Amino acid sequence: IILNKIIKMMHYRSLFRFSHYPVLQSLCDRADPNLQANFELMKQSNERFLNITNKVINYGGTVAHQKLAERNKFPVRERITRLLDVGSPFLELSQLAGYELYDKEEVPSGGIVTGIGLINKRFCMIVANDPTIKGGTYYPITVKKHVRAQEIAWENKLPCVYLVDSGGANLMRQDEVFPDRDHFGRIFYNQANMSAQGIPQISIVLGSCTAGGAYVPAMSDENVIVSGNGTIFLGGPPLVKAATGEVVTAEDLGGARVHCFTSGLTDHFCTSELEALQKGRSIIRNLTTKQVGDIRDDQPIYDIEDLNYLMSSDLKKSMDSRHLIARILDGSRFMEFKENYGTTLITGFGELYGQEVGIIANNGILFSESALKGAHFVSLCQQRGVPLIFLQNITGFMVGRKYETEGIAKHGAKMVNAVATATVPKLTLLFGGSFGAGNYGMCGRAYGAKFLFSWPSSRISVMGGDQAAGVLTSVQQQTIVRNGGEWNEKVEKDLKQKYSQKYDNESSAYYATARLWDDGIILPTQTRQTLGLALLTSMQHYKYERTGHGVFRM
Amino acid sequence: MSYINKLLVANRGEIACRVMRTAKKMGIKTVAVYSDIDKNTLFVEMADEAYNIGPPQALQSYLRSDKIIDVALSTKSQAIHPGFGFLSENAQFSEDCQKNDIIFVGPGADAIRKMGSKSESKIIMTNAKVPVVPGYHGETQDPNFLLQEAEKIGFPVLIKAVMGGGGKGMRIVRQKSEFLEALEGAKREALKSFKDERVLVEKYIEKPRHIEVQIFGDKHNNYVHLFERDCSIQRRHQKVIEEAPSALDENIRYDIGEKAKEAARAVKYSNAGTVEFIFDLDSSKFYFMEMNTRLQVEHPITEMITGVDLVEWQLRVASGEHLPLTQEQIKRKGHSIEARIYSESPNNNFLPGSGKLDHYSEPQPSQTVRIETGVREGDTISIFYDPMIAKLVVYGENRQMAIQTLLNALQNYQIQGLPNNISFLKTVLQHPEYVNQQYDTSFIAKNQDNLLKLKDNYNPIDIALAIAGRHFLNSVQLPKSLLNFRNGAQINNKLTLNIQSASYANQKEIKITHNINGNNHELEIEGSKIIVQKVTKSNEHNNLLIFETNQGIFIRTIRNKENILIFDAEGDPITITVSSDEVKKVKQDQHGHGNNKEIVAPMPCTLTKVNVTVGQKVKRGDILIIMEAMKMEHTIKAAIDGEVKEIRYKEGQFIEPGAMIVKLE
Repeated sequence: IILNKIIKMMHYRSLFRFSHYPVLQSLCDRADPNLQANFELMKQSNERFLNITNKVINYGGTVAHQKLAERNKFPVRERITRLLDVGSPFLELSQLAGYELYDKEEVPSGGIVTGIGLINKRFCMIVANDPTIKGGTYYPITVKKHVRAQEIAWENKLPCVYLVDSGGANLMRQDEVFPDRDHFGRIFYNQANMSAQGIPQISIVLGSCTAGGAYVPAMSDENVIVSGNGTIFLGGPPLVKAATGEVVTAEDLGGARVHCFTSGLTDHFCTSELEALQKGRSIIRNLTTKQVGDIRDDQPIYDIEDLNYLMSSDLKKSMDSRHLIARILDGSRFMEFKENYGTTLITGFGELYGQEVGIIANNGILFSESALKGAHFVSLCQQRGVPLIFLQNITGFMVGRKYETEGIAKHGAKMVNAVATATVPKLTLLFGGSFGAGNYGMCGRAYGAKFLFSWPSSRISVMGGDQAAGVLTSVQQQTIVRNGGEWNEKVEKDLKQKYSQKYDNESSAYYATARLWDDGIILPTQTRQTLGLALLTSMQHYKYERTGHGVFRM
Repeated sequence: MSYINKLLVANRGEIACRVMRTAKKMGIKTVAVYSDIDKNTLFVEMADEAYNIGPPQALQSYLRSDKIIDVALSTKSQAIHPGFGFLSENAQFSEDCQKNDIIFVGPGADAIRKMGSKSESKIIMTNAKVPVVPGYHGETQDPNFLLQEAEKIGFPVLIKAVMGGGGKGMRIVRQKSEFLEALEGAKREALKSFKDERVLVEKYIEKPRHIEVQIFGDKHNNYVHLFERDCSIQRRHQKVIEEAPSALDENIRYDIGEKAKEAARAVKYSNAGTVEFIFDLDSSKFYFMEMNTRLQVEHPITEMITGVDLVEWQLRVASGEHLPLTQEQIKRKGHSIEARIYSESPNNNFLPGSGKLDHYSEPQPSQTVRIETGVREGDTISIFYDPMIAKLVVYGENRQMAIQTLLNALQNYQIQGLPNNISFLKTVLQHPEYVNQQYDTSFIAKNQDNLLKLKDNYNPIDIALAIAGRHFLNSVQLPKSLLNFRNGAQINNKLTLNIQSASYANQKEIKITHNINGNNHELEIEGSKIIVQKVTKSNEHNNLLIFETNQGIFIRTIRNKENILIFDAEGDPITITVSSDEVKKVKQDQHGHGNNKEIVAPMPCTLTKVNVTVGQKVKRGDILIIMEAMKMEHTIKAAIDGEVKEIRYKEGQFIEPGAMIVKLE
């Protein structure tokens, strides 16, 4: 009995084994006028995001859905819900891809829905064409989004399920979708190589797969097709007629019966979408890959809604990122590393959904000490195999004679170097500004973050709009004056305004996400879940590997 | 006097459990015998020892007296309790026991034999001045002669197997023209069930009540009665609800009790027995029907009102003791009702069903609620034996209180996986004719339309609770914060659900929207908005959940296996299929009603008779085939005029459910 009790106690201890991490103090007095002001701005920013996203998700509305229903098809996101486990989360990537990208041509979500969800307790990458948007044809952004989804799947060894319903490449934009390295051909290159590395490639053909599209199922390991709706061919009936004069229906040319009974291009013959999606689930169930175990959820002790009060969308205002950390980590517990050194960068350990994680968060401008602290902490996590989460709100490295002479460029480079070479899973969240080399040191898009998400209020550009306007205007002034042109206050003001506006526009989170510079915009209140899912996905198949050096004390 | 310290129970299911419970109480060791299919059942576990006696078919196991006696001898059991059914009224078995020096817990072979024959028993009763129903009980079995006798008695008449019981080999004939066909059916059933096709014909009473008296005799010529039971609520001539005492007035009650004792005395009856009377509501006269020489299924209601353990009395009397109480010492108090819970489809002519008890939870037993069962969750009700799942017995100070207690207990009786009669029983108990005791034995048949009325529509709240409950039960795998999580804008999580329930008229598909907002589940179901704020587990049962919603607090049982199962406020189950998990369309024509041309086996059954041949022209209503399942005979008639195109099975063949037997064109 005593032994049993000891075992029981040990069990409880293991449940709370990180309880020695202290709880962060983070008070939020919502009545505070400053916080009220924050809230008003945050609310506007969040509402704008929700309005835009809702329009994108519900593009076509009930009319489009009715048309789909007439053809016994589900809307694309409903297809995904039915494919996933009941209750499964779905981490949708880049919902606003293609937003205001092609002037008057709307391509909501880039015409394709990608994301990660659970199928039979396995995280899978879902890539689903939306046939209601230009027949599911591939715009340049569609290709980019498809390839990005494959990249994530490859990096994290996620089985890929393609819900195919696409007319193939967008012929009007063939120069932007066909020839280059990361264009259409890359999709099939990725499929072949992922398959070679044991990452399952499954296609469920729910509509047409024409021309290039035909290769998605053709390059897959196992295929399902819906009779009556699914067709696969290199050239559709119009092309066949034009090329050889043969008149043939789509169903006779490349329907389910042809491919399941004669050509062998598809493996499973289904009579409805539901059945096909269910078949896809069965295929995943039969995989031998690891299933996700129970996920621990030790909620933060602070209300996540507080973020809308404590954080500001006015990037000139300073924000204490400890408030954010306290609302992301399990139990709001966080052990700071080098708490009293280089204080404009916060580093430390905590847990997210039970997974140990290293946090690096900006809390002001980056000085030499903060950069060194960052480099130290990154190499520490790398040595221990602890994944990293970068919380970005950075205007850049400090400038000025004092700082240049003390070698801030060289110190900053150490941090950039450490981040670039760290092979542990890295996640990045932009919750404020992301300007200049700070973006590099804080694991921007170029630094191999497994996932990168932005808040609606975040901004990203090489420098801030005002500074850029100042620099550009003074450069312009020199040119104008050198060429003997007229320079006065009005010209200066107009120019400044022009550059400032350009920066304002291009640095917006929407501009960035439309071009796939991130993996999507999320609401502040969704931060914990989003980062949590990204982290769990990244860690599922992560294998710790030692790299070159020890930890440098800097 | 011989002392019993080890008892073999030659039965299965709830009665085996019932007998063993008393045996254990008396410090008697128990031995069970079981067929292959019963290996993992409750009664086998309850016994101190258990022995396999053969394959599932009763003829090869529970009716094999030789094997059972062998087990008794080898285990040195001094006595065998036969329970009811099987060998309980088999005189030969009683005799065989005696020959082997084993006590048969029941009457002697002579009494069984005399009372087992309907005609002989009536002669004995007439001699003992016990009133009997007019009829022909002779040996001549010529159909035309029997028809003449029937005309003498006057229609309507009842044809009954001489050796019969339990409704087998029994037919009511209202017109001369129907007589011969009914006779043939009764004889066939009789032969099958009792290996004796002899029948008797008697007056059929239009407004009869079934009143029976529990009697007890010992080996010292002492006889007592333990009052009467009213078993008039019957379907297909089988009892469904029984109660004690009946509505008889005190004079008649005294009279019927004394007459029952006379009946027992006439055959020197020892041990427990039941004298069944038919009570004519119009004339207030009662007639002897038959005597059952065994413990009855419904014995617990007598125990509830008298405080006597009848099985204990059986064992004591069998070992030679005197009756523990005299007639004067036996008092009755209060009212008791028993409801038999069957695996059957009331809406499909009470067709017995077989299958697995996916979900089984009983009401809380108490001083006033007693549950007699031999099954547990996960058990299978097989086609080989009686489809009774359990007996629910309640006690109340008066009839009204007993009805109330029974209703309440039934609402807390939850079964899923099998068709069952729970909601039917609830309707019966609330029917004014039942409540006001204005019924006779035709109550169910007469009120069928009223009693079988299905609920029109689901309460959206139940659907909402099922969805929220499923999420709650799922949370072992996924934390609540990640359940159905969508980043970016929340998508209205539209689900298409298939909803079906045996107690509801509609099986349908509904679309609901479901959002998780923080801890709240916001659901919109057919226009109603329901917010489930909190779900907690009850301490009482594993699957009992407590829901706090914007419309109040609800407590429901939820199961989340392949489908979601919820029991509504009245305890009726609703099955909800989430489309993403379930592709199969709801099969509405499970019982082959949709297609009149193909006769499909509605359940596992054996083909007993094929009345037609290929090429034969048939008219609507003609009998095509007769099959037997769950110990009952089912006649399948043509639903259309046509020609027999194909017959796939031969007489005697076993048929899987869903298999096409006959094709018409």
